[in-house]
Amino acid sequence: MELLCPAGSLPAVKAALEHGADAIFIGMNDQTNARHFTGLNFNEKRILQAANLIKQQNKSLHIAINTFARPGQFQHWQRAVDTAMDIGANALIIADMAVLDYASEKYPNAEIHLSVQASATNKAAIDFYRNNFNVSRIVLPRVLSLPQVKQLSRQTDIELEVFAFGSLCIMAEGRCYLSSYLTGESPNTVGACSPAKFVDWKQTEQGLESRLNDVLIDRYQDNENAGYPTLCKGRFKVDNNTYHALEEPTSLNTIDLIPELAKANISAVKIEGRQRSPAYVAKVTQVWRQALDRFKQNPQQYYSDEQWNTELGALSEGSQTTLGAYHRSWQ
Amino acid sequence: MKYSLGAIQYYWPKQTVEEFYQQAANSNADIIYLGETVCSKRRELREKDWLNVATELAKSGKQVVLSTMALLEAPSEVKILKKYCDNGDFLIEANDVGAIEICRANQVEFVCGQAINIYNSPAVKRMLGMGMQRWVTPVELGKEWLAELLGELESQNLRDKFEVEIQAYGNLPLAYSARCFTARSENKSKDDCQLCCIKYPQGRVTTSQEDKQLFVINGIQTMSGDCFNLINDLASMENIIDIIRISPQLENTFTIVDEFIDRVQKPCYQKLPANHSNGYWHQLAGFSTL
Repeated sequence: MELLCPAGSLPAVKAALEHGADAIFIGMNDQTNARHFTGLNFNEKRILQAANLIKQQNKSLHIAINTFARPGQFQHWQRAVDTAMDIGANALIIADMAVLDYASEKYPNAEIHLSVQASATNKAAIDFYRNNFNVSRIVLPRVLSLPQVKQLSRQTDIELEVFAFGSLCIMAEGRCYLSSYLTGESPNTVGACSPAKFVDWKQTEQGLESRLNDVLIDRYQDNENAGYPTLCKGRFKVDNNTYHALEEPTSLNTIDLIPELAKANISAVKIEGRQRSPAYVAKVTQVWRQALDRFKQNPQQYYSDEQWNTELGALSEGSQTTLGAYHRSWQ
Repeated sequence: MKYSLGAIQYYWPKQTVEEFYQQAANSNADIIYLGETVCSKRRELREKDWLNVATELAKSGKQVVLSTMALLEAPSEVKILKKYCDNGDFLIEANDVGAIEICRANQVEFVCGQAINIYNSPAVKRMLGMGMQRWVTPVELGKEWLAELLGELESQNLRDKFEVEIQAYGNLPLAYSARCFTARSENKSKDDCQLCCIKYPQGRVTTSQEDKQLFVINGIQTMSGDCFNLINDLASMENIIDIIRISPQLENTFTIVDEFIDRVQKPCYQKLPANHSNGYWHQLAGFSTL
């Protein structure tokens, strides 16, 4: 299984390389990138530097061009594909049919991975992307249970990649408009969920309040950890019950599932977090490298260290981790 | 302009569904979408029941379209999808690209549903090549986005190859999850949900701690807290929209259809009721009102 690590900056690329990534995924600093955050990602000069660093070490470079093109601006997405091919990307990660169409027609030999933002959750959907757009790997959405991942793997010989660690998107990715409902901007249209410019924090008598476009997402007491107000992780009311109606602030951690993922023929495990710091990338990459190496040496005897889970827990949202949808009881 | 009824989004008892479609047969809607699109555990009506309803509606002169599931995870769900796509009589509304692939392989035409991510003219063009004959626009796209996109197709002489439909009334489907939020709201697991959605024929309202209505939870689907309502925006739909979709409501659905027909003929402005919004159409946050 390939260890695929995120990078939003050159220092993060270096951190991933130093700590044992097999492959690194990055994106441009524009609207073609579903992690389009201020101060992050790569311009055309930096992306070439990143590509050279990665190639020098014989590692694989994946470039995410995974938002949906706006009318009249398709040339930005075309240019992103051209740039990625020019600098020798090993794989393109794409969601939009228009971009898939362009890349597969213009570069018939390009390795195209279907972004999680395209949300292919079943065999017929996988066939759609393979037959029409020459896709060779599917990044599976975080909505499938482990038995469903295994079932899918038995039905197809296409490469499958799963999210292994990081922020947990609880909706079928790319098919969630909650962010634009509250702010007018969504991952599909601007490359960001619950964008920072709409976030406001205020200390009040009732506690610390987080707001998104003036909507109260959560209110924290002094003893509680306050998290970024991603709107699906707020505390809301259903009837008179106030709780995390959709999801708690928590991160996905599947380090205990490595043997099961291997049994499901998973080609790559992906670490989420292109928006995170180089220190985060270094630590998560290091722990996952150790885990995958231990599994490789002795698959039958694999176990995870308590220390790994402690370290990963400390890097997680709300210091909590979960198996997410992989574990049926979460659903 | 034509008028359609979208598929019922909630879990209603069989009798309620059948009565709804008996009324629909005599309504002013031209096109009727039906079938379960949210959760495969909702089986008050089985495939043959839906096909019976479809046959009856077709006899009354309606165009009937079979709507399919938006989130397909299990092979059993894909199997049922295939059966619908192979029905031979009725058009299919594809709400997942899996359905498009089956229709394409069978060389049958389809409606591209609002849960499919089509954001630009090259994507529409690919869909046309696969057999799309009608496009229901994604909920977050507004009039300027659509006008520009359709203009690009017009200049390629493709605009008259398909119809454009928009949901103009009803809570909008905003997201689909592995998790069932209705079961969660009752402290039940999804595997032991006891089909509790049937208790909430209009979903469960979810508010902020300040009592602002944000979302409606409906099984694995999260809907807009506000009712989307474009009744004041019909004039600006000219040359963009061909079909207006009303999402079935527990009450007054057919009156709402008539109101829309009336307002297309006699445009006037009326302030929207509380908890109604039209932001998406105006390139604003979905829950805002202009």
